[in-house]
Amino acid sequence: MTANDIAYNGKVEGDVVVTRADAVINWIRKHSVWPMPMGLACCAIELMASAASRYDISRFGMEVMRFSPRQSDCMIVAGTVTYKMAEVVRRIYDQMGDPKWVVAMGACASTGGMYRSYSVMQGVDNIVPVDVYVSGCPPRPEALLDAMMKLQDKIGNESSVRDLRKSKVVASG
Amino acid sequence: MIDEDYIKSLLDKHSFLSHRESIDCFTVDCPAEDLVSFLKALRDHEGFELLIDLTAIDHGEGADIRFSTVIHLYSLVHRGYIRVHSACLNNDEPTIPSVSSIYPAANWHERETFDMFGIQFSEHPNLKRILMWDEYPYFPLRKEFPLAGIDTPLPADDVVEVTQASVEPAPMMGGPFVSPGSGVISDSEPRAKDESWTEEKEKKS
Amino acid sequence: MSTTTKEISVGDIGARGAEASSKLDGDKMALNVGPSHPTTHGVLRLIMELNGDLIDKCEPVLGYLHRGDEKIAENMTYNQFVPYTDRLDYLAPLANNVAYALAVEKLTDIEIPPRCQAIRVLVCEMARISSHLLGMGVFGMDAGAWTPFMYTFTEREKLYTLFEELTGARFTTSYTRIGGVSRDIPEGWLDRVQKFVDELPKAIAEVEKLLTRNRIFLDRTEGIGEISKEDALAYGLTGPNLRAAGVDLDLRKDKPYSGYEQYDFDVPIGTRGDCYDRYLVRIEEVLQSIRIIKQVIKDFPTGAWYAEDAKKIFAPPKEKILSSMEELIQNFMIVTEGPQIPAGEVYFEAENPKGALGFYIVSKGGGVPYRMKIRAPSFCNLSILEKLAPGHMLSDITVILGSLDFVMGECDR
Repeated sequence: MTANDIAYNGKVEGDVVVTRADAVINWIRKHSVWPMPMGLACCAIELMASAASRYDISRFGMEVMRFSPRQSDCMIVAGTVTYKMAEVVRRIYDQMGDPKWVVAMGACASTGGMYRSYSVMQGVDNIVPVDVYVSGCPPRPEALLDAMMKLQDKIGNESSVRDLRKSKVVASG
Repeated sequence: MIDEDYIKSLLDKHSFLSHRESIDCFTVDCPAEDLVSFLKALRDHEGFELLIDLTAIDHGEGADIRFSTVIHLYSLVHRGYIRVHSACLNNDEPTIPSVSSIYPAANWHERETFDMFGIQFSEHPNLKRILMWDEYPYFPLRKEFPLAGIDTPLPADDVVEVTQASVEPAPMMGGPFVSPGSGVISDSEPRAKDESWTEEKEKKS
Repeated sequence: MSTTTKEISVGDIGARGAEASSKLDGDKMALNVGPSHPTTHGVLRLIMELNGDLIDKCEPVLGYLHRGDEKIAENMTYNQFVPYTDRLDYLAPLANNVAYALAVEKLTDIEIPPRCQAIRVLVCEMARISSHLLGMGVFGMDAGAWTPFMYTFTEREKLYTLFEELTGARFTTSYTRIGGVSRDIPEGWLDRVQKFVDELPKAIAEVEKLLTRNRIFLDRTEGIGEISKEDALAYGLTGPNLRAAGVDLDLRKDKPYSGYEQYDFDVPIGTRGDCYDRYLVRIEEVLQSIRIIKQVIKDFPTGAWYAEDAKKIFAPPKEKILSSMEELIQNFMIVTEGPQIPAGEVYFEAENPKGALGFYIVSKGGGVPYRMKIRAPSFCNLSILEKLAPGHMLSDITVILGSLDFVMGECDR
């Protein structure tokens, strides 16, 4: 158990848990990641399949697939990002509130996939910063769930308190 | 039924047509100026109510007629197809009359053909790009346009300011890996056409 | 003390609202149903002008998934292009594979053996079931019902298991090759398919119990989005959308391919052409597909699963390649240069779940096509939206889009 996990020793502390703020904040954040499915192409179907009953993403607290960027934490870019669509993806990413993460699902979102052509952006990381890349064409739902678990590990290791203290209030409008 | 007699009667009725040999369906060549009247006759008198497809072919920069459109129609009565080839006038700025007044289905097909080839359809109600963004300067399916694309700025200025992204040519690494097929076997193996440019080595410009 | 009474007429809320709205009647509102929206089946943008809640104008903007398939096809061999056909209508990839293989084979004169034809019919019908199940699940979700989505996805998972056993991939299968299929069906697979189609009508009945006579669903779909016969033909609609409008056109019956003429099935035709009819046509098509699958499995032909005499087109089996010189050279030529297809032009369309998927291929000989045009059914089905939407309310748009059942991967290519 790393220092960021919550430690609880009933005999010593009784009903009180003493831990680091980071541990609590990260624990809360990683177990209720609300994804925003940017379902563009075939990977969206595997995303829907991972939300369906066989591969139940609800076990991880992620079945709340909010299509509103303001209400979501993680943008799962599932499918080919074309240059025409790129500005839309960026604008939606900008509308998400902090903290936010991006998962590039599939070969097309990671690097352009098998579409090396004039209209396909070779990887969504040209336009948004990506946290986890999932390979596959399309990735199996198990692969997506594994990626979400890696994202959870990544969230667990963040220094949230320091980021909260540092973050500037961005003027809107 | 589209059989020998029907074909003969159709060719007699419209003398400007010329028959083309084809393995799968009845194919004719129709000059551009008679195209609209011929299609109108097909829809009203011959029973070809369904426009299946409208597209174009680029025959290459050296050809006499560079662009020609191909229209497929289907008849529920005859249960058969007819294919109409029609050459575009003017090789550099190709134009052809639009048939969207006869078949509304042709509206979007003609927009797509304009988007991909640059063929102007006269009297089209709304001829603008449909698959690429409006300000895209090139016509992708022309033979001289490379598959990887050409450098152009991304259409959204605010996004470019933040991310410095732009429309870049895709990294082909000299591919796609298809062998030309003729010549000595050892030369026609599918190697990268331009081996000086790989992921490790930059392309020499 | 004197009291005075005065009569004040207030009227009910409706009357007051009507009076107020007549004063508010002013400009129309432009609404952008953006490319990323839960109710669109993929990335479709609708630029709408609204007059209150009524739609005045609706202009679809496509191209957000344009990947350049047709240009890619001019640079790949015929077999290298098969994975791209998977991703056209990605809800029924096997049907696209089969349509493409049949189109290219039409340019040659090879004869496909009966077993290969039966395999192709079988996977096409399974793909049809898969696509319609998802179409109906998502249609229910668009109208507000979550449960049918879960039920249909459970059935689709069973189909995915079958596809994975046959082809190796859950859904982007790339199963066919020019001249045959990539591998023969495994042992016992047909029994598992039989078991699946025996159990499927129960699941369909459950979905129907939830939707077909549901008061809310009927109110949302009956009379909405009516397409007349003439409009459907004029705008080039094909597939269930055309049949729901009343036109009897099914390519499996009118221009049968791959042995469809041997099987006995009905084609459901609608009467009014509204969203409800399209839903009913698709449910009935799933039941008819089950009927076809049962007939295919009953007399499944034996023999070769690829065209054995197509020397320059289909790669020989692996054991022969690794032991005999001639087959080794044949395999080498087919893989590097591509199957040698004679020159000519051909147009072939197949009855896909979404409509008629057509391939127009111009070949100048060799292994790489000169021009390939993919006639996408969703592209043509969607063109009617500009005419169909005005006059409906904003909340009907989601139901209309769901009932047209289009896929942007196919529409934009």
